[in-house]
Amino acid sequence: MRFMLLFSRQGKLRLQKWYVPLGDQEKRRLGRELVQTILGRKAKMCSFLEWRDLKVVYKRYASLYFCCAIEEQDNELITLEVIHRYVELLDKYFGSVCELDIIFNFEKAYFILDEFLLGGEAQETSKKSVLKAIEQADQLQEVRAVYLPRPLIPLISQAF
Amino acid sequence: LFSGAARRVGASRRKRRNPAKMPAVSKGDGMRGLAVFISDIRNCKSKEAEIKRINKELANIRSKFKGDKALDGYSKKKYVCKLLFIFLLGHDIDFGHMEAVNLLSSNKYTEKQIGYLFISVLVNSNSELIRLINNAIKNDLSSRNPTFMCLALHCIANVGSREMAEAFAGEIPRILVAGDTMDSVKQSAALCLLRLYKASPDLVLMGEWTSRVVHLLNDQHMGVVTAAISLITCLSQKNPDEFKTCVSLAVSRLSRIVSSASTDLQDYTYYFVPAPWLSCKLLRLLQCYPPPEDGAVKGRLVECLETILNKAQEPPKSKKVQHSNAKNAILFEAISLIIHYDSEPNLLVRACNQLGQFLQHRETNLRYLALESMCTLASSEFSHEAVKTHIETVINALKTERDVSVRQRAADLLYAMCDRSNAKQIVAEMLSYLETADYSIREEMVLKVAILAEKYAVDYSWYVDTILNLIRIAGDYVSEEVWYRVIQIVINRDDVQGYAAKTVFEALQAPACHENMVKVGGYILGEFGNLIAGDPRSSPLVQFNLLHSKFHLCSVPTRALLLSAYIKFINLFPETKATIQEVLRSDSQIRNSDVELQQRAVEYLKLSSIASTDVLATVLEEMPPFPERESSILAKLKKKKGPGVVPVSELEDGKREGGELNGGGDRGPDSSTPSPSADLLGLRSAAPVSAAAPSAGSLLVDVFSESGAGGPAAAVNDDGFLRFVCKNNGVLFENQLLQIGIKSEYRQNLGRMYLFYGNKTSVQFASFSTTVSYPGELQSHILTPLPPVEPLVEGGAQVQQVLNIECITDFSEAPQLNIKFRYGGALQNITLKLPVTINKFFQPTEMAATDFFQRWKQLSQPQQEAQKIFKANHGMDTEVLKAKLLGLGTALLENVDPNPENYVCAGVVQTKSQQVGVLLRLEPNAQAQMYRLTLRSSKDTVSKRLCDLLAEQF
Repeated sequence: MRFMLLFSRQGKLRLQKWYVPLGDQEKRRLGRELVQTILGRKAKMCSFLEWRDLKVVYKRYASLYFCCAIEEQDNELITLEVIHRYVELLDKYFGSVCELDIIFNFEKAYFILDEFLLGGEAQETSKKSVLKAIEQADQLQEVRAVYLPRPLIPLISQAF
Repeated sequence: LFSGAARRVGASRRKRRNPAKMPAVSKGDGMRGLAVFISDIRNCKSKEAEIKRINKELANIRSKFKGDKALDGYSKKKYVCKLLFIFLLGHDIDFGHMEAVNLLSSNKYTEKQIGYLFISVLVNSNSELIRLINNAIKNDLSSRNPTFMCLALHCIANVGSREMAEAFAGEIPRILVAGDTMDSVKQSAALCLLRLYKASPDLVLMGEWTSRVVHLLNDQHMGVVTAAISLITCLSQKNPDEFKTCVSLAVSRLSRIVSSASTDLQDYTYYFVPAPWLSCKLLRLLQCYPPPEDGAVKGRLVECLETILNKAQEPPKSKKVQHSNAKNAILFEAISLIIHYDSEPNLLVRACNQLGQFLQHRETNLRYLALESMCTLASSEFSHEAVKTHIETVINALKTERDVSVRQRAADLLYAMCDRSNAKQIVAEMLSYLETADYSIREEMVLKVAILAEKYAVDYSWYVDTILNLIRIAGDYVSEEVWYRVIQIVINRDDVQGYAAKTVFEALQAPACHENMVKVGGYILGEFGNLIAGDPRSSPLVQFNLLHSKFHLCSVPTRALLLSAYIKFINLFPETKATIQEVLRSDSQIRNSDVELQQRAVEYLKLSSIASTDVLATVLEEMPPFPERESSILAKLKKKKGPGVVPVSELEDGKREGGELNGGGDRGPDSSTPSPSADLLGLRSAAPVSAAAPSAGSLLVDVFSESGAGGPAAAVNDDGFLRFVCKNNGVLFENQLLQIGIKSEYRQNLGRMYLFYGNKTSVQFASFSTTVSYPGELQSHILTPLPPVEPLVEGGAQVQQVLNIECITDFSEAPQLNIKFRYGGALQNITLKLPVTINKFFQPTEMAATDFFQRWKQLSQPQQEAQKIFKANHGMDTEVLKAKLLGLGTALLENVDPNPENYVCAGVVQTKSQQVGVLLRLEPNAQAQMYRLTLRSSKDTVSKRLCDLLAEQF
């Protein structure tokens, strides 16, 4: 996968993950053009399109579009399910996720994505495992932030 | 404001949240200040208000960061997170990197995590910071705390820079295969390595780890296999031999998954489909290899593929689209593998039948993919016939699909399944589709129709009809290549010439016909109008009047072509002479403000008045047949679609069958000499008409050269060109007729090149002319005025020409030299790259080791450096290398590089506008027969160009 974008129906980018090195200008330009292309498509159209030298796979969930640009040899249908699995992960984590969750907790959205996909490839496809990793991290911080004034090394290792 | 955004995104049906409320951050330690800030931004009514709010926040953060009071970790994290948010909104951030780096060494997990996120999103190539970041990563990697290790690995994978590869590419494989590494860390390590390998393959060396990495396919943790297989696939593509043991492992893993019950794999089962991601990746990995040689392995694999095809026929275990998508993802990947093997007729036909079912599926996505996948099936000899049985469905898709991207796939498939048996039907359908086709795909459709019509033409009248129809229906999209081609073919086939003349004559009767039709009509009637002149309805004068009635509506190039057709008419039909002379003599021709038209009118008028009938007949003789060559239309389509889209076999077919249509290509005398720029008329001039005064000879050359608008022709002497990078004198080009030698000298930013043209034959070259053209913007970078040469070169003689060169700024392209002359009546047209390269303007610079390395360090911006690693193409002899480096024009510095095997050079490129210092380092590796070449200079284009040129020299 080359990159993944989440954007609203108004064309606002909510999350962008680039798996290929590109300059900031180039990222903004590509993002803008692709968002316009997809928003210009009618509902019920095919979820796949050829765009420049890329294959684009996208799906809309409520007010948010999830869009992946993949390589020539990548599988379109499994990419659709990558999107769906990510949505499920967000949903499970936030509890009935909505666009606002992703806006206000954008950093969490990135962390969850990093647990699921790394370098554009699936790292862990089990929903339980991904959520466990995130919950563990959350616990780690709650324990520290709430109960302990100073970090104690043994506690970290206890967490595992 | 929130109503849209607050709608549920996810699939589970729980109660909707109060949309007006800011969501409570339920998880982790939320950052209140951040939430307030985000809320403020969302409440901004205008872009200006938003920018104002952001600037206020930036000022606040800057003052906090600069303040005397040390910030606690929490505040630092909060501000860094705010900066990140601002950046992601699309604003530039130029500070905060240091604070983010500080967070990396915090031992609070969330602080570290935010620090890493910031670094991942806003990498800065500032070398000081990179060192600090790498240090922090190093600490986390050696912490033995799996959570920290994963964070560090994620950061490396997200950034993937060369510096990180240099620092960690050695360490990560060890982590990946170590027995005591946690599974989650292995997963991150595998994909981290993949990312580094993609960015800097030379730095990731698997070597001793290869076999242990391959064996990760056997790991009992499915997540580890899923992550590792992406790495293994990428490595296998590059080094198939080293990784070939993965084939049998992949087959057995696949077999276990395919035969497992839908619940066996627990959480790796996705909507009742066992491990769809891993299955797809296994099938993808197998596509890097030919079918397994081991009979047992192959049998097992065929069994898997059959099971997958069987499962497609079973009733679905769930109505959810996720179930069918996951299942079909595997099916399509399996079909790709079957097509890749192209050796199992039974499986190929089953795959085709399965896709046939999908062609009529109610899911648009499946129809799209089925059309796409069938395109590749069509090129297999085993399944071509099976694909053809779906022709009606595909034609129907072309007519009725509502989504243009699906129709595009249908058109592609029709093109792929076309052969002699169905060409007429398919071409007719495509033509009728063209009438209403989307603008976005018209040009490609036109090219496809033109190619199919040519490739499968049995009778040429059908071919001519088809192309004329194309022009009628989609004239604006018919490129030059298409109408050139129909003329080439008509000229080469005398059995179609009469029909073509009759058909264009009829087509021109239409009151409004496309200009391309006028071009084809003018050309064909000018050549073959006599074949239909017997019919009083198309008598010479009627033909002429018909053509001339279009004249005033046409553009200048078309009018020029028509004028040439008129002079041909005078030769074909003496009875039209008076009428045509009158037209030529009229003020609108002979005093036309366009030089080209005026010149043609004057010259044709004169020619028609003074030349005897015999001379006229010789001068205006029918065009000789064109030499056989690949259809330029096919070349255009390939260029349009990029490599790989048109199968190679098609190119060969095109050649073979195109040749048939051309009636053999051994007729023209120039078919044996290279004439790459000779397109339709063998006269596409690459450069503006030479300054040489037009003689009677050059008039003839120019009669039909109205197509000068075409782009510059490709030069033929890439090899010859590269031989001159490190030397200045020698033979630049030679064929049976002509030898061109050069001698050149350079000083500062000036150069002088002597060109010697030698006529190797005993016959005179007539209309000899040379021009220099500049691809792209080159003209503004170097100047090379070229004086005219004598138009006649006697047999055995040599003429000389001097070229003065001035380098204004640095440049990458090479100027092209175009040579035209007539040899025994045939026009010769040669285009060569002139070996004027940026290194010619080098002044050598001697310097001591300390100086060299100090300058080397100063040029450490990534864009200042260009590097290539490449295999030695010639022997690695020291003396030869030295001679080449000296020939390059730089100073070869001795005793500078600590490694005596290496070479370092220094020089200054002199251009009129600036001087560019260049340092070069060449590191040979005799054992691997490889070089690493590094160029550093103060100008990125210079580094890059020199690196490209030099990489071809050793």
